[in-house]
Amino acid sequence: MNRFLQSAALLAMLAIAAPAAAVLNVFATVPEWGALAEELGGDKVKVYTATNALQDPHHVEARPSLIARARGADLVVATGAELEVGWLPLVLLQAGNPKVQPGKPGYFEATQHVPMLEKPVRLDRAEGDVHPGGNPHIQTDPRNIARVAGPLSVRLAELDAANAAYYQSRYKAFAERWKAAVANWEQQAAPLRGAPILVQHKAFTYLEAWLGLKEIAALEPKPGVEPTTAHLSEVLATLQRQPVRMVIRAAYQSDRASQWMAERAKINAVALPFTVGGDDAAKDLYGLFDDTIARLLKGMQ
Amino acid sequence: MSRSLLVRSALALALLSAADVEAASDADLAQIRDEIRQLKESYEARIRALEQRLQDAEGKVAAPAPASASVTAAAAVPPEPVTAAAPASPASGIGAFNPAISVVLQGVYANLSQGPKRYAIAGFVPSGDIAPAKRGFSIAESELGLSANVDDKVYGNLIFSLTPDNTISVEEAYGVLTALPEGLTPKFGRFKSGIGYLNDQHQHVWDFYDAPLPYQAFLGGQFTSDGLQLKWIAPTDTFVELGAEVGDGANFPGAERNRNGIGDVAAYVHAGGDVGASNSWRAGLSWLGLRPQGRQYVQADTKGNEAQIGFSGRSQLAIADFVWKYAPNGNAQDTNFKLQAEYFWRRENGDLTYDSDGALGLTRTSGYSSRQNGWYAEGVYQFMPSWRVGARYDRLDPGRLDYGANGAYLASPSYDPQRYSLMLDYTPSEFSRFRVQWQQSRTRPDFTDNQLFIQYILSLGAHGAHKY
Repeated sequence: MNRFLQSAALLAMLAIAAPAAAVLNVFATVPEWGALAEELGGDKVKVYTATNALQDPHHVEARPSLIARARGADLVVATGAELEVGWLPLVLLQAGNPKVQPGKPGYFEATQHVPMLEKPVRLDRAEGDVHPGGNPHIQTDPRNIARVAGPLSVRLAELDAANAAYYQSRYKAFAERWKAAVANWEQQAAPLRGAPILVQHKAFTYLEAWLGLKEIAALEPKPGVEPTTAHLSEVLATLQRQPVRMVIRAAYQSDRASQWMAERAKINAVALPFTVGGDDAAKDLYGLFDDTIARLLKGMQ
Repeated sequence: MSRSLLVRSALALALLSAADVEAASDADLAQIRDEIRQLKESYEARIRALEQRLQDAEGKVAAPAPASASVTAAAAVPPEPVTAAAPASPASGIGAFNPAISVVLQGVYANLSQGPKRYAIAGFVPSGDIAPAKRGFSIAESELGLSANVDDKVYGNLIFSLTPDNTISVEEAYGVLTALPEGLTPKFGRFKSGIGYLNDQHQHVWDFYDAPLPYQAFLGGQFTSDGLQLKWIAPTDTFVELGAEVGDGANFPGAERNRNGIGDVAAYVHAGGDVGASNSWRAGLSWLGLRPQGRQYVQADTKGNEAQIGFSGRSQLAIADFVWKYAPNGNAQDTNFKLQAEYFWRRENGDLTYDSDGALGLTRTSGYSSRQNGWYAEGVYQFMPSWRVGARYDRLDPGRLDYGANGAYLASPSYDPQRYSLMLDYTPSEFSRFRVQWQQSRTRPDFTDNQLFIQYILSLGAHGAHKY
């Protein structure tokens, strides 16, 4: 009898303990928010990242695996500003998970917390793949990561109130360490200030604003439109008047156009990791910017 | 700030600080004092304005913070200063709640070696709008879609189909309950059934101009029903979806019925997942059951007469579907490959009425049963950005047909209809596609139809998302 009571008590304890041990399932649309959620959530969150750094986040398919993961998510962390418009709405509509629908606490958009650049004055598809909310590639400026971290930690605490203090302390630690890291990157990147560059896709607006890089032209004739030989020749002609130091592209993009330009203009073609996992060095958010700065500095040589 | 004011104030300060300057007259001093007072007032006004702006900005930043008590601890986290005003103000005014509008425009140039009126699939009941486009230039079906969240619980979608012969039809019109937990999504209204792989995809997202032969032969193109659908996604990391539908069963392989209750029943299971970063797949099994009463069609009898035939009985269809997609590292932008195949089995039992309209004066009803099947397989390869090539093979097996006593007039076919298709398409952006498709269609034993289609598909308006 005593034994029975003991095991009954044990079972009861397990039953009570089980929900407390549950972690928040976070569905991050892109690797940078997955990495940030891990920094802020520690072992209280389980992060699934829907895309990898070698995928173009504009063009992802609403794969069955994404629907299955969104079904079990407690929090969806998206970039917003229509970056994921081609797939996330469909995934959320099919997932049958009311917790993570837009407008619910389980849906978080990073661009809501960041001053947006390049808001188009003319909304017309003839302008290419334009985003009405502004350029969505905010993660290329580490100060934006910090801006998103605060509201995201608040959201984690809201969804998992029992661990609010834990998220708060992790946020504090992250914010301090990140601030120091940003200062360090800015110091390292001082030689980049004012450097004229070319970009393949207009994906580095925030990086340019942060480091004072000067974008002379983009290889894509319109955002999201594949570079054409005619447009590349025009850009090449521009370089006669305005020489640049390098042409940069994101790891997920084909190197064809960049290499074409690099050979003819005798400049460096630099592939930036663009997000966590974009190359071997960009293992986490810190590595992402360490490597971005290092590659840019190398490109200056 | 005016430059002269700066200069003068600097001068004034310098003069004041030089306490030992005695040369200044009283009049000068009064003037300087007056200027300093003006300066102070001007600055105070500016500072007040700036303070007000700061307060406003702080108010905006604080507003989105959650209000629930449990969060107050976390809200105390020092927020990172936001340098610019927070979220953009949403659209306002009378148009703010307009639904998302999307339009699909399509057109085709068709070059057919046989007239489309002679199109038929030997051994299979002709049904629906399955013939190829008319010869020469024509617009194909245009689509107008309106969708929005109705409220916090329902999402609504209406899709009109505008056909080249100036008719408008409701292709889909349904509501979806979005607030149910546990992976449940009920849908109600008119919708394309979730059976198979291609059935619930709109024609403009297909990889070929026309539907595969088994879709034409067994579903009249695509199966749409007015009714209810319930889908459930299993709480697993591998995608598992169970679906069930009931409907009015008025469309082929059903028939208009003047009855209460349920006309068609469908059930299906789909599973899918990723294999590494580069591969993904989806597979499914579906079943569709109907009881058509007096389903009419016209068929040539053994004497060459076009006889009206009516079928009443039980029709059951099973579909196995499989899709596998490959893209290097999951990045489909440069190159990708898609393999897709579906297999159909159909069984029909019941009564067949030969010459059901009495035009031949030979009206007779007899038992009927059939077991038929068909399949198609296609591969589409994107070999460089924007450019894809594809190949498809379709084949039908008329199987066993038992006409009973009507066997005197109706022959059991022994011909396997088949078709070979090749296509090349160019997709300059997500919103436009141009396609050339050539195919050899041998759906009748008496001739071969060589078909060439040049097609355009344009999408306007709201950014559509494509199903997997």
